[in-house]
Amino acid sequence: MTALITPQHLVILPILLPLICGAVLAPFTQGAHRFKFTLSYASVLGQLIVACLLMLHTDNESWQGGIGVYLAANWAAPFGIALMADRLSALMLLLTGVLALASLHYAMQRWSRIGVHFHPLFQFLLMGINGAFLTHDLFNLFVFFEVMLAASYGLVLHGYNAERLRASLQYIAVNLAAALLFLLGTALIYATTGTLNMADLAARIGAMPPESTGLLKLGVTVLVLAFLVKGAMWPLGFWLPTTYAAASPPVAAMLVLMTKVGAYVILRLWLLLFSAGSSAGFGFDALLWGGMATIVFGAAGMLSSDSAGRMAGYSAVISSGTLLAVIGYGQPSLVTAGLYYLIGSTLAVSAFLLLIELIDRIRSPAAAVLALTMEAWAVDEEPDDSPNEPRGKGVPAAMAFLSVAFAACALMIAGLPPLSGFVAKFGMFHALLHPEGGTVGGAVGAGAWTLMALIFVSGLIAIISMLRFGVRTFWAAQVVTPPRLHLSEVAPITALLLLSVAMTVQARPLFDYLGRASADIHRPAKYIERVLGQPAVPAPHTQEAPAGGRP
Amino acid sequence: MEIVIALAIGIVFGSGIWLLLRPRSFQVLTGLMLMSYAVNLFIFIMGRVWLDKAPFTPAGTAVDPSQLADPLPQALVLTAIVIGFATTALYLVVMIGARGLTGTDHVDGEEPEV
Repeated sequence: MTALITPQHLVILPILLPLICGAVLAPFTQGAHRFKFTLSYASVLGQLIVACLLMLHTDNESWQGGIGVYLAANWAAPFGIALMADRLSALMLLLTGVLALASLHYAMQRWSRIGVHFHPLFQFLLMGINGAFLTHDLFNLFVFFEVMLAASYGLVLHGYNAERLRASLQYIAVNLAAALLFLLGTALIYATTGTLNMADLAARIGAMPPESTGLLKLGVTVLVLAFLVKGAMWPLGFWLPTTYAAASPPVAAMLVLMTKVGAYVILRLWLLLFSAGSSAGFGFDALLWGGMATIVFGAAGMLSSDSAGRMAGYSAVISSGTLLAVIGYGQPSLVTAGLYYLIGSTLAVSAFLLLIELIDRIRSPAAAVLALTMEAWAVDEEPDDSPNEPRGKGVPAAMAFLSVAFAACALMIAGLPPLSGFVAKFGMFHALLHPEGGTVGGAVGAGAWTLMALIFVSGLIAIISMLRFGVRTFWAAQVVTPPRLHLSEVAPITALLLLSVAMTVQARPLFDYLGRASADIHRPAKYIERVLGQPAVPAPHTQEAPAGGRP
Repeated sequence: MEIVIALAIGIVFGSGIWLLLRPRSFQVLTGLMLMSYAVNLFIFIMGRVWLDKAPFTPAGTAVDPSQLADPLPQALVLTAIVIGFATTALYLVVMIGARGLTGTDHVDGEEPEV
């Protein structure tokens, strides 16, 4: 038993926990809501704790170099599947845990009760996301990616109506095609290098003569297209706003994280494969300019969209475009600021997506569609929904909460002070104006100026469209009925927003951590050494032949 | 041999793309299936075209890689087939649901105005 709780096994827990929990939950169809919810909640809490422990272990270097390697089935690195946790993946796991907790809490009252398989699908989605953050093998990445996508197909359909069906028909088709591209890329990479382990791949690419890397680069490009579809780079991201607007709020909040999975994989893969050696610098410009085109597309879409759901979708497009451009710019200090931006924007857009449903209740207090579905699933309103619930007069607390939360989301998405969006943008501008090793006002290229202008303009456009929506909803509405909000719906949004306030207050330690994470991923040699050098655990019975032990 | 297989994969994949761009969801589904067949073949072929070579080492002999077929693409293609099968089935279910709810099999969920 003690062997099971050694820190080494922590690396696989974020995958095992949701897998087991999802499998246990799958046979339950109707009823037992409380049990299902409790189990699901416990699993998410467990993942959050594991993520914190991983962060602790990677950051205080109790693992050599701050990188924990887990060899699945005890096969040494290039042959078996290696899982790897470093500062960056621990951080992403923590973000996943926080968002999952918020979404699940939000879903407690209503959304998890309609439909039968919300909880197992939610757990499998988490398993896929966590796996994608941890794995260090390309084909295994494909498997986790598919797990994540398959669960997300089910979740997008959750709360089944015609709009969701229509959106998911396109969402599934696009993602299936993207998954095929992923496979093509993987096959090409394997054909040219003979390995799928990322560290091994990085080592071999560095040693390849430049003239023979053509096919390999083609393979990586095809592979990365799949992640660019997920990360919604222009012109591959047209599916995103429709899907986000159609999905139920807790699911949409998780979808925000899935676009970040695309950015994360690109960041990791690109820095590992193309930051040193003979193929250094390949594709960075394409990411930079593609990311900037994505910002333009997202900003234009945001300005032209009417509904809040689509606005949130386009703001996710903008943030994903900014991240891609930051990765493509290829400067460690900028990546640090970009990671800060990633966390802040994910929290903000998720909180906004959760908030939209509550804001919609101002206009249609009965939430007619949902009420019908709830009736169909025989979900009784909670007893605490009694008519003597305090409703307030004048500016009721519910309205005050909605408007304050909306203002906070708007400030974060647009990047205005004093919340985290501003700190992130300030950090990015600072990094862009201080090229590595250069002095103030040194050579700042055209790419940097364009990127700064675009980030600035997209922030302006975001605040214009958010203001327009806010004025229409809160000030110019004809009939304002104070909506009835549940504490379980208000609490996660408040928590996400408070977290972003905490990010602003504690910006210094967070930036320090992100700086270390970014320094890690910019040293591929360290990963090669750690992953390929990880010894397999010796068999307990040494007299037995290896064939008799673990296969 | 290589050129025949390459052409075959290309034709299947190309037909898949054409079908994927059609407006009816059944055509889209067929297109996705054709594309996944082509991709599976492609993965398989990426272990090079071998004839009459064992993927396993015979017991008790010295290992000579030049005498063996590459077993990894075969393992990969198995996984890819299973996953492709499952996701295609899922798409089919969504397709039938969409047909039932919207009354049309157009991918937009509504008949185009003529």
